[in-house]
Amino acid sequence: MLCLLKRFFLLFQIENIGNAPASEVLLAFSPTQFDHLALVKAASVVGKKKKKSYVPLEVNPTERPVAPNGTKYYAISLLKALEKGEVATLEIFYSLTHTLEPFPVEISQSESQLVYYHDSAIILSPYHIQQQATLFKTPSNKVESFTRVEPTDRAGTELKYGPYEGRSPFSYSPVIIHFENNNPFAVVEELEREIEVSHWGSVQVTEHYKLAHAGARHKGVFSRVEYQSRPSASGVSSFKHLVAELPPRVHSVYYRDNIGNISSSRLRTNSKKSELLIEPRYPLFGGWKATFVIGYGVPLQDFLFESATGARYLNYSFGCPLANTVVDKLTIKVVLPEGSKNPSAQVPFTVEQSFETKYSYLDVIGRTVVVLEKRNVVPEHNIPFQVHYNFNPVFMLAEPLMLASVFFLFFITCLAYLHIDVSIRK
Amino acid sequence: MVATKMEKPAADLLTSPGVSSLFKSLKLKTKQQELLIRVAILCLVYVLAFITRLFSVLRYESMIHEFDPYFNYRVTQYLTRNGFYEFWNWFDSESWYPLGRIVGGTLYPGLMVTAAFIYWTLRFLSFAVHIREVCVLTAPFFASNTTIVAYFFGKELWDSGAGLVAAVLIAICPGYISRSVAGSYDNEGVAIFALLLTFYLFVKAVNTGSLAWALASAFGYFYMVSAWGGYVFIINLIPLYVIVLLIRFVGFQHVQSGEHMAAMGVFFLMQLPPIVAYMKAGIGRREWLLPVQINLLSGFLVVSLFASLPCLLKNFSEVSHSVINMPSISTLVQVFYFLDWVKFLLNDPKKFHTFLRITVTSAVALGAIALGVGTASGFISPWTGRFYSLLDPTYAKDHIPIIASVSEHQPTAWSSFMFDFHILLFLFPAGLYFCFKRLSDATIFIVMYGLTSMYFAGVMVRLILVATPAVCLISAIAVSATIKNLTQLVRAKSKPAPVGSGKGTTSTKAPSKGYYGKVLAGFILVWSQKLVSEFSAKPLKLDLENGFNGLLTSPFVGKINTKQVNEDRSISEKNENTSINMDNKGSLDQSPPFQKNGAIALLFGAFFLLSRYVIHCTWVTSEAYSSPSIVLAARGAHGNRVIFDDYREAYFWLRQNTPPDAKVMSWWDYGYQITAMGNRTVIVDNNTWNNTHIATVGRAMSSYEDEAYEIMRSLDVDYVLVVFGGVTGYSSDDINKFLWMVRIGGGVFPVIKEPDYLVNGEYRVDKGAAPKMLNCLMYKLSYYRFGELTTEYGKPPGYDRARGVEIGNKDIKLEHLEEAFTTSNWIRKMIHRGSIHRSGLGMAARKTTGDTTQEAFDFKQLLNQDGWSNLLQFALHYNCNATTNFCGVLL
Repeated sequence: MLCLLKRFFLLFQIENIGNAPASEVLLAFSPTQFDHLALVKAASVVGKKKKKSYVPLEVNPTERPVAPNGTKYYAISLLKALEKGEVATLEIFYSLTHTLEPFPVEISQSESQLVYYHDSAIILSPYHIQQQATLFKTPSNKVESFTRVEPTDRAGTELKYGPYEGRSPFSYSPVIIHFENNNPFAVVEELEREIEVSHWGSVQVTEHYKLAHAGARHKGVFSRVEYQSRPSASGVSSFKHLVAELPPRVHSVYYRDNIGNISSSRLRTNSKKSELLIEPRYPLFGGWKATFVIGYGVPLQDFLFESATGARYLNYSFGCPLANTVVDKLTIKVVLPEGSKNPSAQVPFTVEQSFETKYSYLDVIGRTVVVLEKRNVVPEHNIPFQVHYNFNPVFMLAEPLMLASVFFLFFITCLAYLHIDVSIRK
Repeated sequence: MVATKMEKPAADLLTSPGVSSLFKSLKLKTKQQELLIRVAILCLVYVLAFITRLFSVLRYESMIHEFDPYFNYRVTQYLTRNGFYEFWNWFDSESWYPLGRIVGGTLYPGLMVTAAFIYWTLRFLSFAVHIREVCVLTAPFFASNTTIVAYFFGKELWDSGAGLVAAVLIAICPGYISRSVAGSYDNEGVAIFALLLTFYLFVKAVNTGSLAWALASAFGYFYMVSAWGGYVFIINLIPLYVIVLLIRFVGFQHVQSGEHMAAMGVFFLMQLPPIVAYMKAGIGRREWLLPVQINLLSGFLVVSLFASLPCLLKNFSEVSHSVINMPSISTLVQVFYFLDWVKFLLNDPKKFHTFLRITVTSAVALGAIALGVGTASGFISPWTGRFYSLLDPTYAKDHIPIIASVSEHQPTAWSSFMFDFHILLFLFPAGLYFCFKRLSDATIFIVMYGLTSMYFAGVMVRLILVATPAVCLISAIAVSATIKNLTQLVRAKSKPAPVGSGKGTTSTKAPSKGYYGKVLAGFILVWSQKLVSEFSAKPLKLDLENGFNGLLTSPFVGKINTKQVNEDRSISEKNENTSINMDNKGSLDQSPPFQKNGAIALLFGAFFLLSRYVIHCTWVTSEAYSSPSIVLAARGAHGNRVIFDDYREAYFWLRQNTPPDAKVMSWWDYGYQITAMGNRTVIVDNNTWNNTHIATVGRAMSSYEDEAYEIMRSLDVDYVLVVFGGVTGYSSDDINKFLWMVRIGGGVFPVIKEPDYLVNGEYRVDKGAAPKMLNCLMYKLSYYRFGELTTEYGKPPGYDRARGVEIGNKDIKLEHLEEAFTTSNWIRKMIHRGSIHRSGLGMAARKTTGDTTQEAFDFKQLLNQDGWSNLLQFALHYNCNATTNFCGVLL
């Protein structure tokens, strides 16, 4: 379970009861859910029990004329059209951010955090549902209350609604679950990652974080005595450290903010991955914020490749390196070396793309920057994306040559000054 | 085998005739070699001066240090972000709430403009540096430049050898390093450069009589004025110097004066605009100052205008004195000329004396009346406290607690001198001796500079900085002259040693100069002899064992020698000698073999001393002066380094988690840091321009909670920040500063009486403390919930480690305030008996939003603690200023 992030696994068995063969299946979301939707994935299940395998399917948002209460749709394209009477099994995964609402809204240091979760017992769907059951998992046994839509059953951390049978399209049955959740509600409100490619052998990554504790706001006194002497009873919903997963072979890692270096961080590296344990300057209680910067360098050959056509491409992971966090707004800026041409980005999901120019050390014409923007980014987005561009290695020599010629000119001037007499009187 | 194989072709190459002729043609002439060596040494010194100041960057990080630099940094950020005109008109509402501060008009912009200029230049050259890096490295950069200036100055004073030594000495002198390490982004960083540059150009102008140098000196002075309040030193020293020269020339040698005065003229004319500005300020209309000035003083005075601009920005009371000082002395110069002229006209001594008597009497009377009227009408403002305290070190202690409370304004202890100057302290008198031996306009200047600045350094710890360049230069003369003499002895062998040292330019004026030299040198000799016997026992003993008296040519011993000789021989005979070498030759002809050995031994002695100096400087820089004082480092139980970063923890918390318009009340020491790092409005800060406001804060801190609450409400205070060291044993926290708050508060509000907080004149916080002390706001905030805490094994809860007592009031209830935030660290297990730590306790008040009819304030508390390393404690022990600084306003 995560902060504010809900993950859903839907298991569908669909049957085409219409006449025409169906090549698409629609998924319906309410407008609020749609806004917080981070990711939708679908796979069709092929084979039975032991030989079961998953074939990923394409999912795209679509518009439909029939949309009561502003329902939004995603269309899943099936591998092959479903004939009348045929049955297929689909597995759908989607995650929503910011679905948990803390209640009470403000808590003091000694209280633990309770949240509301709103959903429907019956899934919103444009189709007729023959049978459905919904299962919710809560992070702890402490459930204050929940809406009963019979049959409802609660066992430990599981809450089961259904099975319900024979529901008409667009039926909705709201449920509210009020439960304890002391997981860190770490939300990165804004994250800007700058990936600077240098063909001299390094990729430099700088990440600007705006972190907030999005849980129930802290109220009243913050007592250090309480916090440090009774850690189990005081400030249970607060958190004091986070883990960032960085690529292997990472070097020159730093962790700082506007007013300087933050000394409380630890880096563990091995051949698979590097883990950076960061501790903000102070523990984060509900509503408290922290901004910081993480920067590191990685070897160029791990991330830059040459395609068959001779173009280069950078292959880097999208998403936020902090484990278990939600990013509200992510901006990735890929700074290509000066003189690179025809940049284009390939991202496996929809992002906003734009270009800008950046001037760094000794730049004359500036470096092309590919800007990618996305809202609601979750850990599932940590998949590679590519930026293709053309680059002539001669440009690598431009800056050293420039420096060399400046020094050369300087020495020449010195020489000239020493040998030429410029005084008027003899 | 391999080596021999390699050598052979190389040898062949060299021996073959064609190559060797080429090699010969490439071989440098002696003069070129000398130049090459000199340039190489200068380059190395330049680099050395820079890198020796980088300890703090390497050990901690690239960050701004201390208190004042944070303000400068903030201003520079503003300047680079908003441009020059915005900066000029900047009204800072984030400090001195609710008064605010006109920043553009109340600071010395030289430093910020310099840093911004460097930043813009680098940006223009497409170096993508951050403004912080520029600010951090500004001081080391200027220190490097200072070494170059010191070289040229030394060359002007003595010879290029002395210049090189001066460059080396000043590059690593702790007195200068203390204010110019990387991160110490303060006015002094560039001001010492500007000061030395101005002096150098001035001396150059005096020596050459060239208007161009005088003009350059004026520009240097302009830069100095724009950078630091210490410029008053220049404008008072230079007239003083002129007077001395006048007395010399008018009294003894009439001839040369005119030439020298030309250089002075430029300098004096420069002072005209400030006078005009001052008068205008007296009328009270600053707006039309500039156009009027431009109209009044066109042409040549454009330069002067530049020089005056920074003056215009200052608060005029400070400028006024220097301004009045300056013209008065410059008129004195005119009077000398005038008298001379009258004397010439009257032709009769008797008439002239009558004339003199009448004019002097009437002038004195007129002056007295003018002064009386001026003071009474307020046209001439009284001197500020710091000027009084310069003349009378005890003045501040009795009258102005706010000046006395700043540690760097304390009179200097001997240990500080030793710490900051090391062997220079002994070389200084030796150098003075050499200066007197070869008296010229330039050496008179450096002697005056050295002596006056030494006096000021003795009065105030921070002014050691001003004395440092002079001490380095004079010591460099001593070192250079001594080593030169020694090496001449070593090289002389059987043939007679060359007479004199390099420049013999002053020999013609020698007789008259020598006399003053003797008088003062005799004075110094007694002192230095004592010093020698105490401190440099080693070379002295060596010499005595060898049993030759005459050969004492070491820097210290040389003087003893001359003294003895002086007693024996007639004064006039000795005056002719410009180098010790001559003395020695005269008295030591009988033992030439020992002479050479002794010289070698003494050379080694000098080498030993100088290398000790280098080691000392490096050690001091590394251990004492390179701590940012924001971040503290200590050694943990296993020798690992523990960082205590509680200051920044608290400031960053303020920055992130309080409303942007929150007002923070704290003692003024932390004002600049709160605005710069916490980005929140403060009530008072380190620019202590309004004593009443500070006293109000002091009063709030020393009142009972409900009274303090009323004061805080009237000041719109939302948060109170308190630094507390009781948990970890950091001794310069607010409880230890508390008596100053009481004193400053009591100075304005007689309700606060110091005896109320003392028991039998003793300041205590335990059970025996005064009841008012136990219940005042500062005590309650600091010790809130402290009674529950066990700080040390085997001690009762509530044991204050900073003061070593169990606190007297363990059950503190806060009525109007509540704890908002307290920083971490103190409960970490790595605290063990050996290390000393500190903690701070901050308080904050927050407006509750619920009830609108009654404005309730919740006050919150911060526990702030930091470690305090043993090293720093050591530095404290040495009473060195940098670690205990609370930089107040500039001189």
